[in-house]
Amino acid sequence: MSFDNAYESLIDHEDTHWAFGTGFSEALPGVDREVPSTVDAPDLFAYCLMLGDDALVLSQRLAEWCSRAPELEEDVALANIALDLLGQARLLLTRAGEVEGAGRDEDALAYLRDEREFRNVHLAEIECGPLAGGDFATTMARLLVFSSWKIAQYSRLRTFDDPVVAAVAAKGLKELAYHRDHAAQWVVRLGDGTPESHERMRAGVRRVWPYLDELFTAHAVELRLGVDSAAFRAEVDGVLDAVFAAARLERPEPVPAARVNGRAGRDGVHTEAMGYLLAEMQHVHRSLPGATW
Amino acid sequence: MDLEAEFERTVAAEHRVEPRDWMPDGYRKTLIRQIAQHAHSEIIGMQPEGNWISRAPSLRRKAILLAKVQDEAGHGLYLYAATETLGADRGDLTEYLISGRQKYSSIFNYPTLSYADVGTIGWLVDGAAICNQVPLCRTSYGPYARAMIRICKEESFHQRQGYELLMTMMRGTDAQRAMVQESVDRFWWPSLMMFGPPDSESANTEQSMAWRIKRNTNDELRQKFVDMTVPQAEKLGVTLPDPALKWNEERGHHDFGQPDWDEFWQVVKGNGPTNAQRVAHRRKAHEDGEWVRAAAAAHAAKRSADARAIGQSA
Ligand SMILES: [Fe+2]
Ligand SMILES: [Fe+2]
Repeated sequence: MSFDNAYESLIDHEDTHWAFGTGFSEALPGVDREVPSTVDAPDLFAYCLMLGDDALVLSQRLAEWCSRAPELEEDVALANIALDLLGQARLLLTRAGEVEGAGRDEDALAYLRDEREFRNVHLAEIECGPLAGGDFATTMARLLVFSSWKIAQYSRLRTFDDPVVAAVAAKGLKELAYHRDHAAQWVVRLGDGTPESHERMRAGVRRVWPYLDELFTAHAVELRLGVDSAAFRAEVDGVLDAVFAAARLERPEPVPAARVNGRAGRDGVHTEAMGYLLAEMQHVHRSLPGATW
Repeated sequence: MDLEAEFERTVAAEHRVEPRDWMPDGYRKTLIRQIAQHAHSEIIGMQPEGNWISRAPSLRRKAILLAKVQDEAGHGLYLYAATETLGADRGDLTEYLISGRQKYSSIFNYPTLSYADVGTIGWLVDGAAICNQVPLCRTSYGPYARAMIRICKEESFHQRQGYELLMTMMRGTDAQRAMVQESVDRFWWPSLMMFGPPDSESANTEQSMAWRIKRNTNDELRQKFVDMTVPQAEKLGVTLPDPALKWNEERGHHDFGQPDWDEFWQVVKGNGPTNAQRVAHRRKAHEDGEWVRAAAAAHAAKRSADARAIGQSA
């Protein structure tokens, strides 16, 4: 049997293509990586960070479920979703580094920026379980809202001026459709299931509700690039209403969280949870300067 | 017709036993126990490496590690499914795991203390698992053998990824090289223990060999593992922490020292560095998820009741 050689063959394989490769410039083959003249480079850099950080930070949160999910199938599913988002984040941060032109790669941007330089929305960073701050229902409430909002955003970005962002959006849409479907199914199961699960699902929706408003508040960079997130609201509302109806859940009244002197995640002003998330994520990378991974 | 003789003939002829075939009770029980322990090992094995996902030092390493831990959950799923073809129930087996009635591979009762451990586990632990498992691709029970073929492919992928991480670290800074050596020092002996106690002390081997559930003895597999690993360690540039390790021209194999078998039994009996933590983690995940599983079942029951009502009105 050929597997008898699986072990012996180890030494002969110097190539690394089986492990994702190291460079991500070939990840979107055929896409022009020249920064288009119609786009302001600093704005595009900032926008790539916003999009990349949304995906990276939520991926980090979802990966916390790994080995802690309610059933093994769900360990697999949540890891899948976290991997999709991580893949999107890598492409977007790599693009941010290219556009900036200062030699920063995905890792320099992920590991060596401080909290105030991260541009993700608060919804991505808050704790929604499995650790303190929520449970599986809260996690699914967040995932439903996040993926519905991202779908609205990425649909518009398919025709964005930067071909790399447009390609990431087109590819990401298929992944997000699965994420939204997965979350919607759980919201319905839990909302409809037992009195306990209904109550938890209701509480989960309430937990994430204050963070909705930020999703539809466009940052100046977004407006200059022609992406007005206020315009996503009706589409997202429609999805949430349909899912809530099937889940026998009521849509909560709007309770937007107040900003800090008018600023929030897109401006680098985060919740208290963010510092801990970054401390954990960045620690090993920072404690071994000059290391290669 | 003698069912038992027919079964013996099937096994001796290296044919596969399938779920609907008659099999002796002892064979069925031994298989359920062995496959369940293997499934439990996959699931508990998610924890030591999962411990580093949030801290992986590059995004590429994070993706590789997350995908690997996800694979292990998948392995657990295939194996639990194989036990179900023998009449076992996944819920019962989970109960046996979290109540400590059934064991899992002792290697996962050792802690992971640096990122190099992710590489070392891939190289040595997945490597030892491959040595143990490749022969099981030809085991007599069909569903188990087929699950093992799929699993072995993925394990060898894990092993290469682990080795590649260590290679990369060895090409890095002095601090990284020291981290790799320290990790190999900690995991070498526990890896040798993965093949089980010496043949002279192993209770189950003989019957399992006759049934083709097990195909090589513990000591044979351990020797094979050492012989394969030594040149890989040399190429990597690490020292295996065994002063007795050397090539024996006459035997055509490496001589090597014995692990501390007292420590092995201590860990097997539940007093390893992380036994209590690993089981408690699994138990908590299972218990915290109870309401979710109950809700899914309740929802499914309502749905099928609705479907019946629609069927009746049509
Ligand atoms: Fe595995
Ligand atoms: Fe593995």
